[in-house]
Amino acid sequence: MAKSPNRKLKAPAAAATDAATDEDFALHSLQEEFEKNKSYKASEDELLRFYEQMLLIRRFEEKAGQLYGLGLIGGFCHLYIGQEAVAIGLQSALDNDRDSVITGYRDHGHMLAYGIDPKVIMAELTGREAGISKGKGGSMHMFSTEHKFYGGHGIVGAQVPLGGGLALAHKYRDDGGICLAYFGDGAANQGQVYETFNMAALWNLPIVFVVEDNQYAMGTATKRSSAETRFYRRGTAFRIPGMEVNGMDVLEVRAAAEVAFKHVREGNGPVLMECNTYRYRGHSMSDPAKYRTREEVQDQKEHHDPIERLKKNLMEQGKSEDALKDIDKGIRKTVNEAADFAENSPEPGKDELYTDVLVEEY
Amino acid sequence: MAIELKMPALSPTMEEGTLAKWLKQEGDTIEPGDIIAEIETDKATMEFESIDEGTLGKILIEEGTEGVKVGTVIAMLATDGEDASEIEAPSDDDDDDAAPDTDDDGEGKDVGRDDEDGSASPTPKKSQPKADPEVPEGTSYTSTSVREALRDAMAEEMRSDDRVFVMGEEVAEYQGAYKVTQGLLDEFGDKRVIDTPITEYGFAGIGTGAAMGGLRPIVEFMTFNFAMQAIDHIVNSAAKTNYMSGGQMRCPVVFRGPNGAASRVGAQHSQNYGPWYASVPGLIVIAPYDAADAKGLLKAAIRTEDPVVFLENELLYGRSFDVPDLDDHVLPIGKARIVREGADVTIVSYSIGVGFALEAAETLAEEGIEAEVIDLRTLRPLDTETVLESLAKTNRLVIAEEGWPTCSIASEIMAVCMEQGFDHLDAPVLRVCNEDVPLPYAENLEKLALIDAPRIVAAAKKVCYAD
Repeated sequence: MAKSPNRKLKAPAAAATDAATDEDFALHSLQEEFEKNKSYKASEDELLRFYEQMLLIRRFEEKAGQLYGLGLIGGFCHLYIGQEAVAIGLQSALDNDRDSVITGYRDHGHMLAYGIDPKVIMAELTGREAGISKGKGGSMHMFSTEHKFYGGHGIVGAQVPLGGGLALAHKYRDDGGICLAYFGDGAANQGQVYETFNMAALWNLPIVFVVEDNQYAMGTATKRSSAETRFYRRGTAFRIPGMEVNGMDVLEVRAAAEVAFKHVREGNGPVLMECNTYRYRGHSMSDPAKYRTREEVQDQKEHHDPIERLKKNLMEQGKSEDALKDIDKGIRKTVNEAADFAENSPEPGKDELYTDVLVEEY
Repeated sequence: MAIELKMPALSPTMEEGTLAKWLKQEGDTIEPGDIIAEIETDKATMEFESIDEGTLGKILIEEGTEGVKVGTVIAMLATDGEDASEIEAPSDDDDDDAAPDTDDDGEGKDVGRDDEDGSASPTPKKSQPKADPEVPEGTSYTSTSVREALRDAMAEEMRSDDRVFVMGEEVAEYQGAYKVTQGLLDEFGDKRVIDTPITEYGFAGIGTGAAMGGLRPIVEFMTFNFAMQAIDHIVNSAAKTNYMSGGQMRCPVVFRGPNGAASRVGAQHSQNYGPWYASVPGLIVIAPYDAADAKGLLKAAIRTEDPVVFLENELLYGRSFDVPDLDDHVLPIGKARIVREGADVTIVSYSIGVGFALEAAETLAEEGIEAEVIDLRTLRPLDTETVLESLAKTNRLVIAEEGWPTCSIASEIMAVCMEQGFDHLDAPVLRVCNEDVPLPYAENLEKLALIDAPRIVAAAKKVCYAD
């Protein structure tokens, strides 16, 4: 079989290859499928829903940043501002009765995407008994098994094999579910990620690996940490097809999700999707973000903001600015109520110190 | 209503900072996301970003002011329709939603806490280990190797619960690197007996995730030495998740495999991880000695909702012991067993050390000293009650452990005896452990480094003042 020395994963449409002549066809077939239509055709209701959900994440995170500044949130607090389109675009395409999700410590947005009450999330951030982990987990360690959301993990990259295990459980039980496992461009350099790629491909596990490439692993730009910064290519060695997606456009993310989920759900094994995105804030609240210029951040906010993009879209479809302002007002109210709740509910009782260490008594 | 802009905390430890520079002036229009000021801490200069829109009213703290406490109102922001120039600064006594040092309900970190002179700290619930179930009279026994007993335990549990599966290196087609999983592939197929690549970190994580997803994985490590590559998932992912999730997320996984020194495999393949795992809240750690305990405790380990580290010993795999012929031989986790009764001195041990302790007890008996030998069986939670009861009877205690002495199970038992059994001690507690060196390869040196019965005899005689 002749191999072109310049094989590219992203084959131009004119030079389309097929499975019979190119052994790597499968590795870029999903990207080709996705490129046929990169914008999801959302109904008006869907568009509005995406807008509300992304705005809720934005306002929630702004409020969390404010509460952190007031000393009401302690420790580490990683905000999702700027990356909203990734969680909403992907999770809106899930079958929530069957599918599972797992992510790292930048997890507030993924929980809000499920429609989990902002109050119990904010109360976890403030370490209160009413928090979703009874105040014992904090910002980085939140879970909702009811929604099949499995965390919220604090060790960089650990969620990837754990997600592989969730996918194994889907396959073992033959329940038709898939696992969506998020990790960052920083975690993408952890060895366990590749151990998982290998087993997921070897065992044909139903899992979509999503690299949320927000350009910086804490303070290290991807090009300073990664020999290959096009992360979607990193599954090639394991024969996992890759997809490259603009993570600042919720409709593009959703369109990519449709292609990837269908592929995985049909029993074809894992997919690796890279969503290029940008976080406006520091890595965590205590990061002054001196490793990038103010102009760079400003450029992203002014020209690539996922919420502004969708807002424009909605206005083109005839939504009035006032109607959108009303939505924002309603969301601010919800978020303020969540903050009040999180501030005013009590800390866990002392007797909670020794509960939940073990499930059973011995 | 006007919004108070407060001095923000920019790190978990920041209490005050310098207001270095105002980037907006009184009367300026503020959009959400605008940088209003620069604030310096001892570590960095940070930007203070507005999340609200409005007009900057009064600036209350001038730029260049040092030592501004977190929570101090630094400026006012006029919102919808307000005249920025008319906003009043908050009066001093109107600080009910401000500084973190306030004691008001709902503010800061003192909410819900009792006063400093309040009630004592909570204490852990005392465990009440159950006794072993009675073996009905007339039950027959079959001599079984530890290897077969472990296999039988897995096979029985796999038959009764289809969520149970085994994964690890060479567990299926090869029939187990040490033949512990022999025959399982034939009976249960490759869906439930899964050969993994050599990728401990990865498959320990996948096993842990599968347990979170509702299955009951048994993850075999070819030896626990290789689990060092996977210890993050055992400790951070498996042990802590139930607590961190407020009891929401279970992780019923069993990590099992041989632990401790084998025979002449050198330092990297010869280590006892019992004390490592036994120090971690959220884990169950079991290290059986004989075949009946291996079977009964592995069945219990597979059934429990908690994550278990199950430490076997390669040198014991081939040894045979009587196992009761029962349909369902399950033993309680967290219960030690008195394997030999005696009144003069207590020897506490676990795993392969129990064999040395029994051998030592025979020698001691010849010299007129009756030793009581306790097999801990479970290292976490530790059955301190059985140990202390025996100490109260014999007043002398030795711990025999095939492992290093420093920060060991032996040191833990010594601490327990001193804290809770001090009045019963007629002699200092002694520990007999491996020498404090990486295990050497040379036959003579290896022999010198490992515990044996004569050393236990010597220690027992010493605490009996019999030498």
